[in-house]
Amino acid sequence: MFARRTMLIAAALAVLSMGARPAAAVDLTMYYPVAVGGPVTKIIDDMVSRFEKDNPDVKVTAVYAGNYTDTMTKAMTAMKGGQPPQLSVLLSTDVFTLMDESAIVPFDDLVSDKAWFKEFYPAFMANGQVDGKTWSIPFQRSTIVLYWNKDAFKEAGLDPEKAPASWDEMVEMSKKLVKKEGANTTRWGVEIPTTGYGYWMLQALAIENGQKMMNEAGTEVYLTAPKTVGALDYWVDLSRKHNIMPTGSIDWATLRTDFLEGKTAMMWHTTGNLTAVKDAAKFRFGVAMLPARERRGSPTGGGSFYIFKNASAEQQKAAVKFIQWMTAPERAAEWSMKTGYVAVSPAAYKTKAMEDYAKGFPQATVARDQLEHAVPELSVHENGRIYKFVNDAVQAAVTGSQKPQEALAAAQAQSDRVLRAAK
Amino acid sequence: MRGRTHPVEAVAAWLLALIWLAPLAYAFWSALHPAAYATSFSLSAPWTLENFARAWKQAPFGRYYLNTVVLVTFILVGQLILSTLAAYAFARFRFRGSGIAFALVLLQLMIMPDVLIVENYRAIAKLGLLDTIPAIALPYLASAFGIFLLRQTFKSVPQELVEAARVEGAGPLVILWRVYVPLARPTYVAFGLVSVSYHWNNFLWPLIVTNSVEARPLTVGLAVFGAPETGVDWSVITAATVMTMAPLLIAFLLFQRQFVQSFMRAGIR
Amino acid sequence: MTDLAASSPIPERRARSQAWWNAVNAWLLLLPAAVLLVAFTHWPILATIRHSLFITKRNGSEVFVGTDSYGAMAADPIFWKALVNNFWFALGTIPTSIALALIMAVWVNRNMRGRGFLRLAYFTPTVLPMIAVANIWLFFYTPDYGALDQLRGLFGLGGWNWLGDPSTVMGCLIVMVIWKEAGFFMIFYLAALQQLSPDLDEAASIEGASRWYTFRRITFPLLMPTTLFVAINAVINSFKLVDHLVIMTKGGPNNASTLLLYYIYEVAFTFQDSSYAATLTVVLLTLLSAIALLKFGYLDRRIHYQ
Repeated sequence: MFARRTMLIAAALAVLSMGARPAAAVDLTMYYPVAVGGPVTKIIDDMVSRFEKDNPDVKVTAVYAGNYTDTMTKAMTAMKGGQPPQLSVLLSTDVFTLMDESAIVPFDDLVSDKAWFKEFYPAFMANGQVDGKTWSIPFQRSTIVLYWNKDAFKEAGLDPEKAPASWDEMVEMSKKLVKKEGANTTRWGVEIPTTGYGYWMLQALAIENGQKMMNEAGTEVYLTAPKTVGALDYWVDLSRKHNIMPTGSIDWATLRTDFLEGKTAMMWHTTGNLTAVKDAAKFRFGVAMLPARERRGSPTGGGSFYIFKNASAEQQKAAVKFIQWMTAPERAAEWSMKTGYVAVSPAAYKTKAMEDYAKGFPQATVARDQLEHAVPELSVHENGRIYKFVNDAVQAAVTGSQKPQEALAAAQAQSDRVLRAAK
Repeated sequence: MRGRTHPVEAVAAWLLALIWLAPLAYAFWSALHPAAYATSFSLSAPWTLENFARAWKQAPFGRYYLNTVVLVTFILVGQLILSTLAAYAFARFRFRGSGIAFALVLLQLMIMPDVLIVENYRAIAKLGLLDTIPAIALPYLASAFGIFLLRQTFKSVPQELVEAARVEGAGPLVILWRVYVPLARPTYVAFGLVSVSYHWNNFLWPLIVTNSVEARPLTVGLAVFGAPETGVDWSVITAATVMTMAPLLIAFLLFQRQFVQSFMRAGIR
Repeated sequence: MTDLAASSPIPERRARSQAWWNAVNAWLLLLPAAVLLVAFTHWPILATIRHSLFITKRNGSEVFVGTDSYGAMAADPIFWKALVNNFWFALGTIPTSIALALIMAVWVNRNMRGRGFLRLAYFTPTVLPMIAVANIWLFFYTPDYGALDQLRGLFGLGGWNWLGDPSTVMGCLIVMVIWKEAGFFMIFYLAALQQLSPDLDEAASIEGASRWYTFRRITFPLLMPTTLFVAINAVINSFKLVDHLVIMTKGGPNNASTLLLYYIYEVAFTFQDSSYAATLTVVLLTLLSAIALLKFGYLDRRIHYQ
């Protein structure tokens, strides 16, 4: 009786755990994140199914795993559990962490012709090239751009075609753009998101202020450098001194809605949101490079393809095939048009479709043009932790619970402790 | 005290009830109206099922439903079998070490699998069960709560009935099946309802051990779907939220008395 | 007492073999549950303690580091923040939801008009998934368009970033959790109230005692075991309730809303530092064990349920 019950349970377990899958084709599992608006999962699913049609010998299961952090968490957790995906789209900056965990393989040995690497914008390749090898291929890459509401500019008596070019100008314009109803502010001048990707925004400000945030080896961060502190000071002043940005944290995810609803006249956000903004905006809007202090600048951002070590040789080969298909100029152009991300290769911008699109919608190329001012995104060992420290510091400063100097000093101390182990 | 209620108290009681229902009412309102009315209330707003259709189309909720149903059934059946056997041992057998064994079982009432996520993840990984429904279920199959509850019930079964069965030549398992189990039916119902609602709603552990659509239960599916980054609009998210909780809510409305009594019975130890 | 040993007088030797047979049967019955309990509760507890004393190197080898991780934990401001938050979270949710639960139970226990509806209204949040609840309440707290700010708007007040401000985020989560839990605790009070003898009330009212006096001096003391029981459960619950953080705040802003279990989740799965996660888990286990000792060792001996 016991034996029968136990066996029944065992049988039930076995049935439930076995996903029946014929092994005729090469199976690939890919995790990918979504960090911007629009029907991104549908676009990915559609591209995957077209790839499968072209390549019946490869079957790709694309798993939407949440935002970038969630996806990295899933990929690492699955790997530690012995069931890693064969490829994933993860932050280009996770490269050190993935290398440290021996999770990934370089592309160099998997491709027959390394000329392929040269097809992409060097700015996007920069984060993925470590120790002379190429560890990732850019896919949904971005820079931060400034979106502005032309109608609001006009209403405030500003030139609707001219975005602020410098920090001071942004403050001056914003003061005119702020609209009040009694004690309430119905429209803010500018909003810079502080949740999730606060480190990224801070890095943009630091670059413009003339300060690098990390060294190339990914073992040091420069959070207490006077110009980094100056960057955060400026950010905090936007709300606490100039009253042109709401106080407290500003949510990355809902900021787009704020902009679309006219609650803010300008926002700093990834270009990856461009198409979602374009599709939903009921007013005319412009896209500009970020304003300058000492210089123009934005960190690059976004996700790249990685291939995991545990995949079989056959799977790795199939993964390369898939990645080559996804990043080919026509697809890169299509992806860029459907989301707003920067197409990863110059060739994509020379495709007929993209040229036509950019003619009618010049906003589409701003982020690409900004690449000449771009700096690789903050990328160090123990990336996830460092991001948390910097994000916490940004949050502490904008919510007023700590002065920028104190907050960054705390983050620096915590980062130093964590990075000491990585050296 | 019963019977005499001051009108002020009655008003307060009703007010509290309305406040308590308001969030739910809002969820239904938003789910059943076009997105434009999600933030502005108007009695003339048109009703629509469009949000449900869109949520259903945008994420594999059908699969999530199936996963959750399989999951809660699997857990419930496992728990009932294991708890019955163990409770029988504790209630009707005297054996060396039973006291310690029972104390060790009770430990799980305080330190539940919910807090042992790190080590349990290791264990599930070693078993090669990651990203499967049994992986979600396994840590919960042996339920201290179930064992405790059934033991109490079994102890109250009259000895005469047991004797009568034995006289007819029934062995211990037959006695369990013929005498104890039928008499414990209300306890089974109570435990079942508590277990199903707990595991229908459970989130953190399933989030950790599942990766794919094939294993994700509804709660995890909803969390992934509703991630604000994706910019899915409010009405659609609330529609998905309503879908997630609807089966339990309907079951609750239909069997309100049983639910409340089950939770009561399960609570009094 | 046992089924098998309760037969008529039997020789000594047979009794002993009977007892042995008895034990074998009992353990066989226990076996399936015991295996799973050991595998997913007892063993993990021991393994957690062990792993907190080691660190895993990149190449997979384990190195004994003694209490180094505990030292690092003591110097980790986020850990302290989470611990303190846990304390405030418990203090914010438990007394209020217990008080509300008691009031609800008293009302529902009366012959009030529509008491079925009242009971339904109070209890409904209990059956909802925390994730769904978080989604709904997230909307209430959304700055400007959220229901709360629209309500403030009626009084001419401006928008407030409820979840984005360290001074309000914890309060917001506490209110939500009270809403979710009060109805659950109400059930236990209701059960207890229904078991109290109505004579007590009558006797009191004949004596001319005021209702408040009756409640304070008679009903409430009689409900003391229920209150303690609910309180213990509420405390345990407050340590494992973190689902809403994943949806609403991710522990932010600046860790203002993070809780110990959520931090453990972050360290273990986002930062992939399982030995530090084990160290943090040991703290959680110690806290839970302390509560268990208090309950089994002290309270259960003083209070008799049933």
